[in-house]
Amino acid sequence: MGIEEKLPSGILLTSVEKAAGWARARSVWPATFGLACCAIELFQTGGPKHDLARFGMERASNTPRQADLMIVAGRLSQKMAPVTRQIYDQMSDPKWVISMGVCASSGGMFNNYAIVQGVDHVIPVDIYLPGCPPRPEMLLDAILKLHDKIMNMKLGKNRDREITELENARLGLRPVHLAQPAEAEL
Amino acid sequence: MPHAAAGASDAEAAEGRVYTVSGEDWDEMVAAANEAGDFESGERIVINMGPQHPSTHGVLRLVLTLEGETVAEVRPAIGYLHTGIEKNMEYRTWTQGVTFCTRADYLMPIFNESAYCFAVERLLGIEDRIPERAQIIRVLMMELNRISSHLGGIAPMGLELGATTIYTQGARLRERALDLLELITGLRMNHAFIRPGGVAQDLPPGALEAIRVFLDETPRLMQQLHTLIDANPVFIGRNKGVAYLDLQGCMALGVTGPMLRATGLPWDLRKSQPYCGYETYDFDVPVRDTCDAYGRYLIRMDEIDESLKIIRQCVDRVAARGSVDSDPVMIRDAKIGWPAQLSLGPDGLGPSPQHIAHIMGQSMEALIHHFKLITEGFRVPAGQAYATIESPRGELAAHVVSDGGTRPYRVHLRDPSFTHLQSVAAMCEGGFVADLIPAIASIDPVMGGVDR
Amino acid sequence: MSGPEQTPDTPAEADGNLPARLGEERLNAPVERMGMFGVQGTPDTSGFGLLRVHKAPPLHSERPYGSYFDEVADALGLSDAIERVVVDRGEITFHVRRERLLEVAAKLRDDPALRFELCSGVSGVHYPEDTGRELHAVYHMLSITHNRRVRLEVSVPDADPHVPSLVSVYPTCNWHERETWDFFGLIFDGHPALTRIEMPDDWKGHPQRKDYPLGGIPVEYRGAKIPAPDERRHYQ
Repeated sequence: MGIEEKLPSGILLTSVEKAAGWARARSVWPATFGLACCAIELFQTGGPKHDLARFGMERASNTPRQADLMIVAGRLSQKMAPVTRQIYDQMSDPKWVISMGVCASSGGMFNNYAIVQGVDHVIPVDIYLPGCPPRPEMLLDAILKLHDKIMNMKLGKNRDREITELENARLGLRPVHLAQPAEAEL
Repeated sequence: MPHAAAGASDAEAAEGRVYTVSGEDWDEMVAAANEAGDFESGERIVINMGPQHPSTHGVLRLVLTLEGETVAEVRPAIGYLHTGIEKNMEYRTWTQGVTFCTRADYLMPIFNESAYCFAVERLLGIEDRIPERAQIIRVLMMELNRISSHLGGIAPMGLELGATTIYTQGARLRERALDLLELITGLRMNHAFIRPGGVAQDLPPGALEAIRVFLDETPRLMQQLHTLIDANPVFIGRNKGVAYLDLQGCMALGVTGPMLRATGLPWDLRKSQPYCGYETYDFDVPVRDTCDAYGRYLIRMDEIDESLKIIRQCVDRVAARGSVDSDPVMIRDAKIGWPAQLSLGPDGLGPSPQHIAHIMGQSMEALIHHFKLITEGFRVPAGQAYATIESPRGELAAHVVSDGGTRPYRVHLRDPSFTHLQSVAAMCEGGFVADLIPAIASIDPVMGGVDR
Repeated sequence: MSGPEQTPDTPAEADGNLPARLGEERLNAPVERMGMFGVQGTPDTSGFGLLRVHKAPPLHSERPYGSYFDEVADALGLSDAIERVVVDRGEITFHVRRERLLEVAAKLRDDPALRFELCSGVSGVHYPEDTGRELHAVYHMLSITHNRRVRLEVSVPDADPHVPSLVSVYPTCNWHERETWDFFGLIFDGHPALTRIEMPDDWKGHPQRKDYPLGGIPVEYRGAKIPAPDERRHYQ
């Protein structure tokens, strides 16, 4: 089912990738997962001034089954985390995630018992968008970067190779705060 | 990534059988239920209108017991946005607390800040020493926020009923209000503008003209909204007579704000227990006596017009006053008043060079006060205070307890949306499922305030 | 060290308001805070290391209270149910015994001279140093008829955190009491369904108590790691 099953190889694969990426990027249906304040900026981005409809994205799919993009907009509380994972699992491939705002990206200003410190503890994230809340223009910039990513996404064997390369590169990285021998203390 | 397991499973629960439906297995579930004879007369099913839903105004979960289309029971479950704001504020200074409480009810951030700051000022005992320019600017910001908040409630109301045009037209007008808020405070929302002792900065140059332009253009746009919505037969059919809650119900359930005024009682804290100089402004309190969702919608639209009146009076007053050197916007008490003067430089917004020159070159005391206020913050004498204001959703209050230190000992925000969501059951049980949506939209809850 | 000697013809009450006498009483009160910067001993270079802040005695207001408070207190009566009355910053607080709470609330709602129709809800406060009275439940009432506000405060010990539920008098307290149970562990007897409302249903602990940590994680920067907000040093 779907284009992934019937892929050719070699040059034909590259052409299919380009065509599929071009088509997928042009009508990404967001599953708006509007949680908190960022959802209000998302709501304004759908308004006439900063228009999401010009990207084919105004049809927010409320059912995750038909959605391509999950914009986690707002702070993710501990109670909501299992729901987030379930919605993400219910989305069908290919799917992408933008974590909108600092609370979704890293917990934001709420470094406490109630907020998951970054939605990437629960679901894999493609684009992190900082801001408290990010302006609609910033959200549109993130969406355009995501479009770039979608258009250049590889399929089939190329994708498997790309994933292995990326994983190997990441596994070699050391945590940032251990980069220097002494930890600075305040 | 394997998708969820196919096939329904059932288990004996405390009350009746529980079926877990996970996709493509509806007919199996129905067959199993028919076998077990569960669908007796009444045919009640429990449906979860889950936290992720387009029409529940945020992460609200409703557990519905349905008999056909009729709602037998509705139980709201909240807490999906609980952020621990109140506990976080106990670990920050009094002024930093503003940035936390402003994110509670994120559609009306200025009101959260105001309630908190009024309570802190009452504890400090400086309520009558707040500069008048600051009071006028506070009223101006509150009324601007009232407009953007009401529009932020009416536009999704249209979207949830399926009328996307109401949403885009409401978003269009709301965008203009947000532009003004951005011009004055620097942010479109969560401004942290109202601080204990006054406001963060004076109105920037050009703000008064921009507000006047807004005031001149908005009535026409509001008229367009009225033409679009008010007489629409579908809107009336879905909202009139729906979500009935009379005065007795409101009193029992602690409901205030537009819902209370829709029952015929003209209770508005700006008139009955005025704060911030509201008694000196000329405005009316819209009231309806239909007790239904349509009445509440009309009240909100009328309140936008009243807010425009108040903003015009604020602008006239500010224009008639002098320049900010003789007319401060922050209390002139060096131990309390936030010492920042900001200006826009080549590297962004920061302390103005004149202010830096003053504290570094001219006044040792100013330097000390600046240092102490920003690192330590001011101390608030021990005690507790409860400040209430009339927010767009109802009576918003901050209960602030101080132990004499630089941090709040306890802050509790009494949020109107939290109290009003209790009334969903009273309004909707016995009605149709489809009436749930306009009912919740007429309460206009904001889950950030509900869960805090 | 004793205070000024009492001569036979000086009554004790006249001395009681002298600063020296009040100061001595304050010295005998338990110490609430030491120092100013959260560190004690050698790393404390603030110069305030020997600062000792003593606990203030509980406020107690005498008649006349002023404004409409006297009318309310007179109409309420029930002086054996009220432990003390505090009038502070323009607000009146009745500290009520928990056994009589329902009676006081019912009278506040029904008496025509009081008519406090609207209860704004319950707010919990946790005072861990106040042994025997650690948990306070604070109710705010509004009278629309007379345009007045009062506050009721009930104090209960941690060992026995039971307070009668006001749901039968003010149904709006339903969710507020659930929230106070969720955050403080105050058990409201008579509540129809006292379950967690904000935290997940299987959460352990009551987050807004003072002995519950804020629960943050250390903040990582390049080359530095700053502890979570509740573990940093701070001014007291």
